[in-house]
Amino acid sequence: MQTEFSKEQNLLRDIVSRALRDKSPATAVRESMETDRGYDPAVWQELCGDAGLAGVHVAEVHGGAGGGAVELGIVAEEMGRTLFCGPWFASAAMAGTALLEAANDSDREELLPGVADGSTIATLVLDDLNGPAGVGASITSAADGKLSGTAAMVLDAHVADLLLVVAGGAGGLGLHAVEGGAPGLAVEPLQVVDPTRKLSRVAFSDVPGRRVGEVTGDTLNRIWDRICSALAHEMIGGAQHLFETTVNYTKERFQFGRPIGSFQALKHRCADLLLEIEIARALTHHSARCLDAGAGEPWAASMAKAAAADACMSAARAGIQLRGGIGFTWENDTHLWFKRAKGSEVLFGTPAIHRERMMTMLEGAA
Amino acid sequence: MTPDRIRSEVSAWLDANWRTDRPLIEWREILLDGGWAAPHWPEEWYGRGFTLDQTAVVAEVFREKDAVPAAQVGPRGLASETILACGSDDQKRRFLRPILTGEHTWCQLFSEPGSGSDLAGLSTRAELKDGKWIINGQKVWNTSAHHADFGLLVARTDWDVPKHQGISYFLLDMRQPGVEARPLRQMNGHQSFNEVFMTNAVVAPEDLIGGEGNGWHVAKTTLSFERRGFSRRVRGSSIDGAKQGPIYEEYEEELRIAAEPYTWYPQREGRVDLVLPRARETGAIADPATRQEIAKLLCLYTGARLASDSAEASRKAGTTEIIPAGSIGKLAASVIARQASHVHTMISGADAMLSGPDSAADGIIAEVLVSVPAISIAGGTDEIQRNIISERVLGMPKGYRADQGPFRDIKRNA
Repeated sequence: MQTEFSKEQNLLRDIVSRALRDKSPATAVRESMETDRGYDPAVWQELCGDAGLAGVHVAEVHGGAGGGAVELGIVAEEMGRTLFCGPWFASAAMAGTALLEAANDSDREELLPGVADGSTIATLVLDDLNGPAGVGASITSAADGKLSGTAAMVLDAHVADLLLVVAGGAGGLGLHAVEGGAPGLAVEPLQVVDPTRKLSRVAFSDVPGRRVGEVTGDTLNRIWDRICSALAHEMIGGAQHLFETTVNYTKERFQFGRPIGSFQALKHRCADLLLEIEIARALTHHSARCLDAGAGEPWAASMAKAAAADACMSAARAGIQLRGGIGFTWENDTHLWFKRAKGSEVLFGTPAIHRERMMTMLEGAA
Repeated sequence: MTPDRIRSEVSAWLDANWRTDRPLIEWREILLDGGWAAPHWPEEWYGRGFTLDQTAVVAEVFREKDAVPAAQVGPRGLASETILACGSDDQKRRFLRPILTGEHTWCQLFSEPGSGSDLAGLSTRAELKDGKWIINGQKVWNTSAHHADFGLLVARTDWDVPKHQGISYFLLDMRQPGVEARPLRQMNGHQSFNEVFMTNAVVAPEDLIGGEGNGWHVAKTTLSFERRGFSRRVRGSSIDGAKQGPIYEEYEEELRIAAEPYTWYPQREGRVDLVLPRARETGAIADPATRQEIAKLLCLYTGARLASDSAEASRKAGTTEIIPAGSIGKLAASVIARQASHVHTMISGADAMLSGPDSAADGIIAEVLVSVPAISIAGGTDEIQRNIISERVLGMPKGYRADQGPFRDIKRNA
């Protein structure tokens, strides 16, 4: 199994990092998050249409770059660092992964190229965001292929051209393709804590859909693991941004005639935070390598998700606390990363859920 | 020299010289004269100027042939490396050979009751009287001092200069009336260390190493070898299997004495390896709260191992400095040990009140619970590691110091 990044992977990181610093500064994040759409179509075109960031993990025959979980993770990490505001995670990391893992060959051929080049904005509809075991209970497909039911929270459904729905019903769990704006589809934007990631409630009443693949328990777990690994990367990027800006702030802010970073109370908190982030980062990078190797530890993604969520929240809390009052203002950017951290902490399972999932894989159910 | 060439030369030499019926020291005299006692040392001092990788090949052949190597274990490694790096030719001539043969054992006399984390604040006094250095003061945490022949001693020779500049480094003969080593009993019941009292102990002027007032520099040299593990080379050098012959008995005794202070060290690291077996055995594995804590421990343990592997890789690529990476690893070890101790407590429940043969795993778990507090203190406290990490890795500003100027004027412990 790979233990370090290859030259090509480091190059990919450099390119993504430069593009995002240029296209997604905090001012742009703030502008996008205030819009209903939630992203800037021109930037989307540049990042996904031109630079191919939505297809790094998609095979070349389907218009992607032929990478895997490691490449997806690299992009996610840089996205998290700059808090990119747009449907990349829903479309590339979630819907793209579901197509890769569950769709039939012909459907993959038809649907993946659009996702990979960003011309299709897709999302994955899961009626339970806490764990794979509960998915498919609330949405069912009838014998005629029509979908009914409700998903309480769906990422970026308000802008999705394509909704991939995991639904139960005749023939067991399946992945169903639904066009955005299909008759009977109701997408109701929700008020959210994290304004950089839009959520909607999606109701289906006899919505025409096409079954594009079977979703076995194993398939669902594989999709879940890949999404969780990508989300862990995004959180590590966010944690790193929070950590670096916070440490820098303590060097510049003077109180009692000295930089506050010279006080041990702050230094020790920063040292502990470095350790927590380093450990979570190592687990996160390892999770992607395990997924690409198709071997190793099946619990690696849950370990990564739990550790990265905790580390990112620690960095977010410290980011506010060490800035003092200014950190609690709307004007300061720290709260944007804090809110993303909070959202990601609970999306696809809280740290406690992932720790239990990991223990169940290791030792069997309690 | 290529590994194959080294391998064939060492093999040929051992085939011609290695015998199990010689007394240990006599064998090592032959080993020294043959040039295979310390291959990483320079040629003029018993070595061949080998790299550490080349030296590892030599050690491998010794192991394959069950040949006893030069004396390496315990604090003597710190002494020989320090003398080699900072000593005069006369000191190297007098001290190195008996270290390699195992004739002399050494101890380190650095920490004091009044200066722990602040080693440079030491106040053991060395005064030149009638051409001899007279030493007065007390040292503490001295591993193996009760049977050492010599000690690596730092003492203050000038009280009127800033603290780092008034220290000198001595090679102290421990077998003299002015030196008394008393075992120090720890909270876990073991006696791994000593206190050493020096009352008008005498050091000849030729046993000052590195020059008067230059002791801090020499001490840092010793500490850098200590960090690289030269004092804890205990495991890995043992002869495999039950080899017969008097030389093996002598050698095993040497190893046993050197290893004795460290028998509880695995326990101070928390015995993560026992967590799942104990959880299964007691049924605690079914308890949701315990499972959460075990999972946290396994994340820390696995993540720290992966992070250290990747730090090792970048160190090999020449991109990271040794000290900060070491501090991060040391802090990680503390965090892991504390979490492991917490988990062992949850698993044992009320049984955690028992120790010794009455308790779980024949007292090992009880020993974990009362040994883990050492890991965040020994070798630099967690707080000192956090200072190092924040200042040297993160570039955070140093705090203000109250220990500048002549040492005489600095407030210190009574």
